[in-house]
Amino acid sequence: MIFLSVAPLLIPLAGAALLLTLPRTTRVQGAVAILVSLSHCLVAALLLKEVQVHGITVTQIGSWAFPFGIGMIIDQFAALMIGVTALVGLTTILYSLGSISEDLVKRRYYALLQFLLAGVCGAFLAGDLFNLFVWFEVLLMASFVLLTLGNTGAQFEAGIKYLTINFFASALFLAGAGLAFSELGTLSMVGLGAALSAGPASSASLFIMALLLVAFAVKAGVFPVYSWLPASYHTPPAAISAIFAGLLTKVGIFALYRAATLIFPSYHYILAPICLIVGLLTMITGVLGAVAQMNIKKVLSFHIISQIGYMVLALGFWSVNALAAGIFYLIHDIIVKTNLFFLAGIAERLCGTDRLAAMGGLYKRAPYLSLLFLVPALSLSGVPPLSGFFAKFTLVSVALEQSFFLSAGIALAVGILTLFSMTKIWNEAFWKEAPPEVRSPPSLKGLRWMIAASLLLACGTVLIGIYPRYLWEASLSAAEQMFNPTLYWVAAQGESAATVSTP
Amino acid sequence: MNIGIIFIVGILCSCGVFLMLRRSAVRVLLGMMVLSNGINLAIFAAAGVTPAVPPIIPMNEKTLSPLAAEPLSQALILTAIVIGFGLFSYMMALLIRTCEARETDDLDTMTEELQ
Repeated sequence: MIFLSVAPLLIPLAGAALLLTLPRTTRVQGAVAILVSLSHCLVAALLLKEVQVHGITVTQIGSWAFPFGIGMIIDQFAALMIGVTALVGLTTILYSLGSISEDLVKRRYYALLQFLLAGVCGAFLAGDLFNLFVWFEVLLMASFVLLTLGNTGAQFEAGIKYLTINFFASALFLAGAGLAFSELGTLSMVGLGAALSAGPASSASLFIMALLLVAFAVKAGVFPVYSWLPASYHTPPAAISAIFAGLLTKVGIFALYRAATLIFPSYHYILAPICLIVGLLTMITGVLGAVAQMNIKKVLSFHIISQIGYMVLALGFWSVNALAAGIFYLIHDIIVKTNLFFLAGIAERLCGTDRLAAMGGLYKRAPYLSLLFLVPALSLSGVPPLSGFFAKFTLVSVALEQSFFLSAGIALAVGILTLFSMTKIWNEAFWKEAPPEVRSPPSLKGLRWMIAASLLLACGTVLIGIYPRYLWEASLSAAEQMFNPTLYWVAAQGESAATVSTP
Repeated sequence: MNIGIIFIVGILCSCGVFLMLRRSAVRVLLGMMVLSNGINLAIFAAAGVTPAVPPIIPMNEKTLSPLAAEPLSQALILTAIVIGFGLFSYMMALLIRTCEARETDDLDTMTEELQ
């Protein structure tokens, strides 16, 4: 169990080290990267099974007793997130086989991708505030390099914006973590939660909460601190944009959920209303921002923001069912958003441009591909029977149960506006006649890898849509665990790797 | 002594934010460095600055003297410094390449639309 609890982190890390030593050809690097990712998926599946049997496990690295050791928390939420990360990692590598140029492979693209996955998984496992900070930096560092790997002016410019704002958020995070330790005497999230719920709200702990929440909000791309996202996500190659879009902002949401339920549950009366308002504003501004864009990747970037709003909104309702709906939404959105960027990359390859005005005629040329695009596009806007329908349905029904009628109405309206945006992409890129200017026929080399990756994720979307029960039950049990911080406390108290069954 | 450090933290952080809001990309980088030092110093001050008591538990005692400063915070700062160092090196390389590619370090005229 100790090995299993750190394996999701060690496998990509070891894989990255291995890839650094191997010859830099797509054949070798790609094959090894796929093997690494397959074993990552296998471990993630084992972990999901293990969590259902044993409940929450807190592994203290090096067997230092709580609260001195660095704890790795594995609960249902972390296991679900690691599972979907492994899946997205595998499909991104499949997609990269066909879309990443030999030049980028020479610059160690695959090793960087594994470093990114290691950072993401580390952040999902971290049970200690400072450890979370370190994993955030690992994944950010990998993402900085991936963002600018193509060596173009636009990527450098995007890199400066992305790096500066993320640095600022990290600085706030660091200040929050350092002050939390000085004020409360521990860095473990479980310990911080216990210390905060023991005493009355002090101005120092409110300040710490503000620092941490703003830091997570920047990383998640929440209103009003999201403008770095559409300024940078459209510049790298589609495979890199896709994994950023799928995973990076979601790590911010994960940290927000963790901090809200494990560290600050005693302050939920302040936190929940803020999340409610900010979530609604994020949804609205994100979806309206997309209306003005005429670049396919920029439209999709604004939709990342608008979907993030739904997940923050779920936290604002502050109930077990709402959080479960939020977790369900999170998983669904990772799969769908990655796939949309995959398909945007394929469309860009076929049309030779990513400007919607210059695209066209894809439905005539590739009808099956167009149908494939419809799966994530309709899922994103919540059309049944795809995964997005169930995600929106649970969230809106929770809102109605708890009498948040305005929020429910806005959630539905944003869904319709999302559909409008997807229709715009459909009309411009797929439906309308191809513009008359003559283009060199697109290179079809490697296209089947790209389509295979997209097909795999589309199958996931359809599967969740017609059989949402497994994911919903897992989300619900994750939310039940998170609303019961005592379980984490008991798990952390145990022996170096004690396992405590959920009652 | 703590009051003095707190003032320095305030000055460093405000200078850092001021520099980060400049149009010149090089000043932004300098601002990041100053801000990160300000925050490291804040954590240092929050852990307690005490004269001449090392954070070592004496032979016959079980606990650390309350006069000693918290050593873990200093370990955190050390880690943060190292991470910051890596970040700044990368940012510096990125700035050089950007200024070469765009032939300016003015962030306002650097944008793609103006090129």
